[in-house]
Amino acid sequence: MSPVLADVLQVSALIAALALVHRPLGDYMARVYSSTRHLRVERWIYRCVGADPDAEMRWPAYLRSVLAFSAVSVLFLYLLQRVQDKLPLSLGFKPIDPDQAFNTAASFVSNTNWQSYSGESAMSHVTQTAGLAVQNFVSAAVGMAVAIALVRGFTRARTGELGNFWADMVRGTVRILLPVSALAAVVLVATGAIQNFAGFHEVHTLSGATQDIPGGAVASQEAIKDLGTNGGGFFNANSSHPFENPNGFSNLLEIFLLLVIPFSLPRTFGTMVGSAKQGYAIVAAMGAIWFAGVVAVTVTEFQHPGTAAQLAGGAMEGKEQRFGEGASSLFSVSTTMTSTGSVNSFHDSFSGLSGGVLLLGMMLGEIAPGGVGSGLYGMLVMAVVAVFVSGLMVGRTPEYLGKKIGPREIKLAACYILITPALVLGGTGLAMALPDGKEAMTNIGAHGFSEVLYAYTSGSNNNGSAFAGFGADTPFFNTTIGLCMLLGRFLPMVFVLALASSLAKQTPVPVTAGTLRTEKPLFTGMLVGAILIITGLTFFPALALGPLAEGLA
Amino acid sequence: MSTATPVRHTDGEHAPAPDAAPHLPGGPVGGGLFDPKQLAAALPDAVRKLDPRSMATSPVMFVVEVGSVVSTVLAVAHPGEWFGWVIAAWLWLTVLFANLAEAVAEGRGKAQADTLRRAKTDSVARRLAEGGGESAEESVPGTELRVGDLVVCEAGDVIPGDGDVVEGVASVDESAITGESAPVIRESGGDRSAVTGGTKVLSDRVVIKITTKPGETFIDRMISLVEGAARQKTPNEIALNILLAALTIVFMLAVVTLQPFAVYAGAEQSLTVLTALLVCLIPTTIGALLSAIGIAGMDRLVQRNVLATSGRAVEAAGDVSTLLLDKTGTITLGNRQAAAFVPVRGTTAAEVADAAQLSSLADETPEGRSVVVLAKEKHGLRERHEGELEGAEWVPFTAQTRMSGVDLTQDGTGVRVRKGAAGSVGAWVKESGGTVGDEVHRLTDEISQEGGTPLVVGIDDADGARVLGVIHLKDVVKEGMGERFAELRRMGIKTIMITGDNPLTAQAIAREAGVDDFLAEATPEDKMALIKREQSGGRLVAMTGDGTNDAPALAQSDVGVAMNTGTSAAKEAGNMVDLDSNPTKLIEIVEIGKQLLITRGALTTFSIANDVAKYFAIIPAMFAVAYPGLDKLNIMGLASPESAILSAVIFNALIIVALVPLALRGVRYRPMSADRMLRRNIGIYGLGGLVAPFLGIKIIDMLITLIPGVG
Repeated sequence: MSPVLADVLQVSALIAALALVHRPLGDYMARVYSSTRHLRVERWIYRCVGADPDAEMRWPAYLRSVLAFSAVSVLFLYLLQRVQDKLPLSLGFKPIDPDQAFNTAASFVSNTNWQSYSGESAMSHVTQTAGLAVQNFVSAAVGMAVAIALVRGFTRARTGELGNFWADMVRGTVRILLPVSALAAVVLVATGAIQNFAGFHEVHTLSGATQDIPGGAVASQEAIKDLGTNGGGFFNANSSHPFENPNGFSNLLEIFLLLVIPFSLPRTFGTMVGSAKQGYAIVAAMGAIWFAGVVAVTVTEFQHPGTAAQLAGGAMEGKEQRFGEGASSLFSVSTTMTSTGSVNSFHDSFSGLSGGVLLLGMMLGEIAPGGVGSGLYGMLVMAVVAVFVSGLMVGRTPEYLGKKIGPREIKLAACYILITPALVLGGTGLAMALPDGKEAMTNIGAHGFSEVLYAYTSGSNNNGSAFAGFGADTPFFNTTIGLCMLLGRFLPMVFVLALASSLAKQTPVPVTAGTLRTEKPLFTGMLVGAILIITGLTFFPALALGPLAEGLA
Repeated sequence: MSTATPVRHTDGEHAPAPDAAPHLPGGPVGGGLFDPKQLAAALPDAVRKLDPRSMATSPVMFVVEVGSVVSTVLAVAHPGEWFGWVIAAWLWLTVLFANLAEAVAEGRGKAQADTLRRAKTDSVARRLAEGGGESAEESVPGTELRVGDLVVCEAGDVIPGDGDVVEGVASVDESAITGESAPVIRESGGDRSAVTGGTKVLSDRVVIKITTKPGETFIDRMISLVEGAARQKTPNEIALNILLAALTIVFMLAVVTLQPFAVYAGAEQSLTVLTALLVCLIPTTIGALLSAIGIAGMDRLVQRNVLATSGRAVEAAGDVSTLLLDKTGTITLGNRQAAAFVPVRGTTAAEVADAAQLSSLADETPEGRSVVVLAKEKHGLRERHEGELEGAEWVPFTAQTRMSGVDLTQDGTGVRVRKGAAGSVGAWVKESGGTVGDEVHRLTDEISQEGGTPLVVGIDDADGARVLGVIHLKDVVKEGMGERFAELRRMGIKTIMITGDNPLTAQAIAREAGVDDFLAEATPEDKMALIKREQSGGRLVAMTGDGTNDAPALAQSDVGVAMNTGTSAAKEAGNMVDLDSNPTKLIEIVEIGKQLLITRGALTTFSIANDVAKYFAIIPAMFAVAYPGLDKLNIMGLASPESAILSAVIFNALIIVALVPLALRGVRYRPMSADRMLRRNIGIYGLGGLVAPFLGIKIIDMLITLIPGVG
């Protein structure tokens, strides 16, 4: 089978699988968040944290809970790393330096999983399992909770109440992330991923050298790493490591896992607002951008100019031989567009233009389909902006799902949109203006610039992947990227929750023939256009000086 | 030319409102014409608006002005570089063009205000001293009147202030404010008591109680409205301004952070180029035209003789989803007309006609007149006059008796005929010793069910008291209303007919006219309840009204259009006043509201879509030196970096001027479904906005290269 045909089949199988679970998973999640029943284990958790899961929260209370929970998580994770040598199963690792410990804590709590360390040679089993893996679940659940709060803003009327954060967060973890990732972990073990608490195995290679091969609870962490769009690998090599990603099937499974919740949440949205079509319009916009990215990167990589690349049938440097061009491109686009950031090949090694697409995927704000929860709320905020402009063009003051988009709503959406460009461009600009930025580059020229741009784009958008080769473990980068991750995660949530509240307070306007039909393909097209122009154009000059300059040379 | 006053029709023959033909279905909302000469006239105002304090209201244009200052300073610092000077000049022009758009829009209002001011002469009031009699009259300037003062006006006097007639009746020339030359009657009590300051009493004498302070009269408010002095940003305009400000900040971030990137790339940019890039990227087109669009929207209403007390109301008009329309005058022609004489068994139609005509001679209501007309047309009965019939005792129609008739002596016997409401005439027949058969009830019910109003004709002569027959009064639905309502339905607007008729009649007329729903036997309370019910479902309601009864409902509705002929209470309660007092205009008001919003949306889309082409012009120009590969982005093949940047800046400025007529006239609007409208506008302004600048910049670049020493 030719690599191209194999690639087409692979993408088709992936899309078919995603389509198959879209409805059942989406509807299931809608039921989870709408149910009034509590499981016994959930009651037990609520008693432990002292929360009343049935108390409705207004947006400030909801936000306070999100921030308090996350602040405690950052603190806990920081301390865990700082004292890991005194805890059991330390594997003899030293405590993590303060700046890196802060960076890692910020990274995992913000669902970014940017790693300026190598997991297998720095983090103890306790840190990995009780710290990082736990955050893989709860940081994802926080994102989903905020997304559901925004959906409630659309479904509710004449109330400022958005649900209960503790109930949403606990349910997301207990009823969605845990069961699905448990199932996925079993399948991953079956494909050959390892799962143990062993230390290092010393092996003798054929050439006679000795090599230490680490063990660990890899498969379980791998499952939630992808399912929760976290991306922090057990190993530094991430999903290109054979213990994390043994073969072609596990590779496809991992891509499926990282896409499945973000692509199913629009169904949850559609079900909760009572119109499946509204959900389809959102998923269509997400899918269109994702698919265009896949096609663009795959084609570019297959056609990469250069003698070596053409002899190999594509630009294979930095990619796993086991996966080849197609599977690497598919993985890379999916991981950058879902805010996951796990990698099965090194983005640094992609051709200039492909690297640009991967960057753009993150710059769009991680909304196609984006992170678990954050993708949906990001896309809905863009939909609010698109509705505002196109709603005017049908001769009405704009409304989305019956809720008016007035000055307050547009102010909150505008603030949301401002955050990531400010962090990405501000961070990159600062790094480029100071000597620290240039010192960390391992390449010169446009490619070196892309490395820095990539780092801040990845951090601010909570992606977590890196242009490999970039020396990010310096106090400057640990601190600034750490801040970008925290601000890029939690500032948008402030505006999303405020927006949810202001929508929930309104009386819905009934649909008439004069209403903008947001479930039609025309609106989906308008939405994609608005995303590309408003978000994409912001970064065009930066992209021109990095990937475009390199790719067009 | 559109600066012609809206308040005075040049032909002086403006058709009285209720009979005005309804708008042709599907007819687009017209707009004022635009004359390039207006641009020149508005230039001084545009320059005056360069004051940073007035610029600050538009964040986008304020940034452009700051950019102009920066680039000018840089040009002065490097006087030898022509490029800096040219960029600075075009940036100033960009600001100026934006101000010009606003000044032109305001200029039209100013012309209208001047005409109004001429009407508002400083009149002298004849004030009645408190507690004093007729003799205690004193002359005071109109400006010294207080609320509650009583003033006397006689033929030839200009009414000194807004008020209500408390004594007397007079004909008043209101052409100063309505443009309508035919005088109107103003009388004490009832719904026609309100008078407006600045209008002129033509006959008789009235005593007026002043209800408004000087300086706050209707004319004063009109002047400040059309001048735009009272203009406040509407919620949607504020929201759009926020979005534009956010986009401006985003692009500022992109441009400000670009310098460190450029330095690293070895292609440090001059501040002039960065300023030019920023101005090209921020949404200047819509930023420049936004306030002109708003002013022009109000202006289009004024041109239709409608005054909106706030822009908010105009915006709400676009959102209206329920229209409450009074049956009489809006859906049907003003009055019901006799359509047929239906005899009971044993009589002929001619006999009924004869009796009906006799009994209607003393009925001066339009219905009564129409009976006489029908008797003449259908049965050739000549109209008899009161003097012809000897010893006739006329019984005029009153609202209490609800019948009219005559008592006379024919061939020595007394004959009494009556015509009127079924109940009244029935009671009269029974009183006179006759009976009313089932047939009469059947006939009246039939007429009611067909939407007509039955009037019963009774007679009491030698043969005794009995019912002769029934007159079928019919409401005549205005032509073209059905299409109009179908059009509204396609726009998603529900029409509800309000009528005092009984449900049967109302239903029949509703069906004939094609409205969606009706409210029969409507009382003011019913109307209010209906509005509240619609609003609680999230719908926006528009209505017209003129009576004091209507005031609460006008205040409650989202768009309340008071008729100028109405009471001052109604005019206070509504948020618009129709000077023509034409209830059908409600539909046009809705269309103008929609057109205003569409224009805003279309130009925003256009403005944002423009950015794509500008990037393709400027980015390669900035960086192709450092990275030659980027020259592949120069898909327009622009001649040189300088000409590329300059072309983008020039296009950016000229497009504002090019779109001023569109902003003032409004985007062409035809009633159609939201889907079709969106497809059309995205096609024209979205795709057009993508493509147009590619062409425009290329053409400008070709022209620039013709200048020696540039290309």
